[in-house]
Amino acid sequence: MISAHLPALQVVIPLLAAPACVVIRQFTATWLLALSVSWISFFIALSLLWQTFHLGTISYSLGGWAAPWGIEYRVDVVNAFVLTIVSGISSVVLLYAKESIEQETHIKRIHLVYTGWLLCLTGLLGITITGDVFNVFVFLEISSLSSYLLVSLGPDRRALTAAFQYLVMGTIGATFILIGVGLLYMMTGTLNMADLAQRIPEVEHTTTVHAGFAFLVLGISLKAAVFPLHYWLPNAYTFAPSAVTAFLAGTATKVSIYLLLRFFFDIFSETFSLRTMRLDVILLILGVIAIFSMSLVAVYQQNVKRMLAYSSVAQVGYMVIGISLATATGLTAGIIHLFNHALMKGALFLALGCIVYRLNSVELKDLAGAGRRMPWTMAAFVVGGLSLIGVPATVGFISKWYLVLAALERDWWWLAFMIVASSLLAVLYIWRVVETAYFKAAPAGHIKEAPLSLLLPTWILVAANIYFGINAVDTVNFAKRAADQLLGVF
Amino acid sequence: MSTIGLYNYWIVFFLMMSGLYVVIVSTNLIKKIIGLNIFQTSVFIFYISIGKVRGGTAPILADDITLYSNPLPHVLILTAIVVGVATTALGLALIVRIHTAFNSVDEEQIYTSKDSRD
Amino acid sequence: MAAQGTLLLTVLLPLLGAVLIAMCNSKPNLRETVTLSTATLLFLLVLQLLGSDAQQTELIIARPLPGLPLSLSTEPLGLLFATVASGLWIITTIYSIGYMRGNKEQNQTRFYVFFAVSISATLGVALSANLFTLFVFYEVLTLSTYPLVTHKGTEEAKRGGRVYLGVLLSTSIGFLLLAMVWTWHAVGHLNFTPGGILQGRIEPGFLPLLLALYLFGIGKAALMPFHRWLPAAMVAPTPVSALLHAVAVVKAGVFAVLKVTVYIFGLDLLRDTGANRWLMWAAAITVILASLVALTKDNLKARLAYSTVSQLAYIVLGAMLVNSVAIIGGGMHIATHALGKITLFFCAGAIYVATHKTNISEMDGLGKSMPVTYAAMLIGSLSIIGLPLTGGLWSKWYLALGAAAAEQWAILAVFMVSSLLNVAYLLIIPIRGFFLTPPGSGQAGTIQEAPFASVLALSLTALGCIALFFFAQPLYEMMASMFERQL
Repeated sequence: MISAHLPALQVVIPLLAAPACVVIRQFTATWLLALSVSWISFFIALSLLWQTFHLGTISYSLGGWAAPWGIEYRVDVVNAFVLTIVSGISSVVLLYAKESIEQETHIKRIHLVYTGWLLCLTGLLGITITGDVFNVFVFLEISSLSSYLLVSLGPDRRALTAAFQYLVMGTIGATFILIGVGLLYMMTGTLNMADLAQRIPEVEHTTTVHAGFAFLVLGISLKAAVFPLHYWLPNAYTFAPSAVTAFLAGTATKVSIYLLLRFFFDIFSETFSLRTMRLDVILLILGVIAIFSMSLVAVYQQNVKRMLAYSSVAQVGYMVIGISLATATGLTAGIIHLFNHALMKGALFLALGCIVYRLNSVELKDLAGAGRRMPWTMAAFVVGGLSLIGVPATVGFISKWYLVLAALERDWWWLAFMIVASSLLAVLYIWRVVETAYFKAAPAGHIKEAPLSLLLPTWILVAANIYFGINAVDTVNFAKRAADQLLGVF
Repeated sequence: MSTIGLYNYWIVFFLMMSGLYVVIVSTNLIKKIIGLNIFQTSVFIFYISIGKVRGGTAPILADDITLYSNPLPHVLILTAIVVGVATTALGLALIVRIHTAFNSVDEEQIYTSKDSRD
Repeated sequence: MAAQGTLLLTVLLPLLGAVLIAMCNSKPNLRETVTLSTATLLFLLVLQLLGSDAQQTELIIARPLPGLPLSLSTEPLGLLFATVASGLWIITTIYSIGYMRGNKEQNQTRFYVFFAVSISATLGVALSANLFTLFVFYEVLTLSTYPLVTHKGTEEAKRGGRVYLGVLLSTSIGFLLLAMVWTWHAVGHLNFTPGGILQGRIEPGFLPLLLALYLFGIGKAALMPFHRWLPAAMVAPTPVSALLHAVAVVKAGVFAVLKVTVYIFGLDLLRDTGANRWLMWAAAITVILASLVALTKDNLKARLAYSTVSQLAYIVLGAMLVNSVAIIGGGMHIATHALGKITLFFCAGAIYVATHKTNISEMDGLGKSMPVTYAAMLIGSLSIIGLPLTGGLWSKWYLALGAAAAEQWAILAVFMVSSLLNVAYLLIIPIRGFFLTPPGSGQAGTIQEAPFASVLALSLTALGCIALFFFAQPLYEMMASMFERQL
């Protein structure tokens, strides 16, 4: 019986656990609670993924109110895939969080980290699973408010200003989404996604729908840090606690990209969103600018965490390019990269967290000699970096392969060439770190390797980078099914 | 419906733009939050006005009334108001912390202050 | 089944060796014993592959993407390459024991570990059953040799490493990956198939572009202007330059070029469409230009590096002549140049260990105090030039025959001119060593031969050069069998 309620439990369990954390307060106990809740969510997501892949789409009416009046949770391959990514990354990073958070956050505030974490998880899972556009807004705000909190708990005082900046930008984005939803409701009288999809074609030509669409795209793009709406991201990622950065980098922007997919292809038709509104050209141009300019900016950063943050904006550019191609292969590439980027950035930020744990700095100059002093940590960083570059036998290669293939399918030579050329910029910024860590002499003083409790989760993600790089058949199949579903082929 | 007939949307538009303007232009963090509030309020008004049906009454079930305003947007906006309050509260809480950490609530002073670690 | 096991073991054994070597960190003698026995075992394994009649076995290691397996199989060209690489690994190991200890290098364990990993990747390249597998091992080879190139850890090593990685990664990701995805898009698979797979799949007008992407994308073949990494890699310890940058890495490049020409494009397709024509000239220009640059270099290793660039272009040129004789010549040149060049590098290293000299102008008259080294250097030079009594004669012979068969008289002239240049920049070194008197003749008495292990290794490879002259027949037959299967 309980299996029938899995979609609701997916969101409700972390939601209920969050206030419990505030009540418990004791930091180890809250960590244990958060960890177990996250893993339960992960298993629920896995079972949902299995069900959708083999038995088809699941529709769940919250509180027994049938759609379109009640709120519907609708799980298909696309969002089951995203649910798995989000809860999976959260679970692995939480394993890591205990030691790292205890060092970076004031002991009195540790329980707040886990409260915020669970709320953020709730929000992200909620956005993904729901089939109701207003519900999307609500969950979006839950995840956003909690991530402002999480960012502000970083060790540096600039974390506070970064969180405030994020709050202002995030609220504008969320309010744009709210306006968009309102405009759509004006014209269709419904909030249910499936219902909207049916009713929109009749009113598609009206200015109101066009305006609503524009507000939605702007709002979601802001959340997804699509260039040039990425302004909040570098600061937020740089000053948040290491574990939080790894969690947010692997999940928050991914969920927003998922929302873009949902709106572009399911609620609106791809002919409307990409052709009529000319978003294919706009997104393509923005994506190409993003992969070059942001990678270049990353090359010149002195703070490694900020460097990876800019690299994240560049990587979102690849996903956007994949979407803008509007072909099955392009979408597959975008979705695969969504998964793969979560793995590689997760691994990189965790490795960086290990460095912070021992060296208490992420400035490039302080990494001198880290290769000898923390061999396992730096090895993890190198593998993650290689994956980012797109070296074969890592997940990054799979992403590049499909992106290039998608560009070639459209006979866009220049694009294929730009994709590979931009990944060479990743070589530049990763290699700056490698050279500093391995060739510069370490300053005096004894530094130990990071503890096992930090290394193990890092290496789980590193291993995932390699495993899914060598055996990508399953991920590719999921992504293909998801792409077909979005394009309405399947 | 003439342009004047849609005056409620003009108000929404005006409030929205003034709110955004304040957020962008002012360097005082508290004023930014105020701007954000105005911006959000405009959306509340927008939602409330789309729920209004001309000639309809409040949606309370009664025998002799056939035309109701649409209650759903009003309910929705209650949620959005709660979210807005939460955002404001969090924003103000952050400002309090920023004030203790940087001894200022002015953006320019904060960003020009020495970027040292605590 | 058994053959499949051998295939897998061939690639895994050096990796296993690497792990064992890492574990013997504190015991240098045990560590070197492990390296040596791994190398010997590996060579035996490759010989067994060579002897077994398991030509058609294919082993699928993994399936990373639908329709794109990571798989190994045997084929004459690959087997030749594997034999050369694994055989010379044994000799190089003997040599490095002398060199590394004689020079008191740091981080010797790391050196041996990454050496073993590089060999594993080389064998993976040699035995790959499709272009994708080749690409994967090709990149592993690039990355695993990076720590070897930068072994010294100095500023100069770091700069060399930058150029090395920069050129190799940017060509392979920038061009080769693109070419591969294009091929896959057009054909649907990347298996090496006798006769090629591109027939009728790509507009003939695009073929030269695709071929160019492949040739320049395979940066390890060092076709100008993407040859800069090879001289840069010379900052590495000499055993690395010897085995990796005269044999394993660069040969992986030309090997890939030959594979792509024969098994992806197919000779007939190239001949019919003439896609090879202007790339042939790119290779010819590299042959001459690199020789001229070599003439100007006084640093011995730099001169050898440019000589390698020139000799690699021979093989590429052989591939671009698109006839079986030239390809056979190219294949044989992989083996003969490998032996000749590794001898020369060993000699360069031996001179460095004994005298710490790196410039040719300082080496006058050294031949009298290091007779064995200089004799070996003479033989090596003769082999590279292609003079009788050395194996180099045969490969150049078939390359020239191939040029004649293709009626490319200008190319034939290029071969001749460049051989003359070889005489000028290579033979001069032993001549100066034997016939000139050292500048300050007082110190000559203090110079002795390098450690025994190093001298033994370079004598062995020099003898190998001569042996190839007398036993070239099996080599030829092996290469020729590459084309028999097609019929």
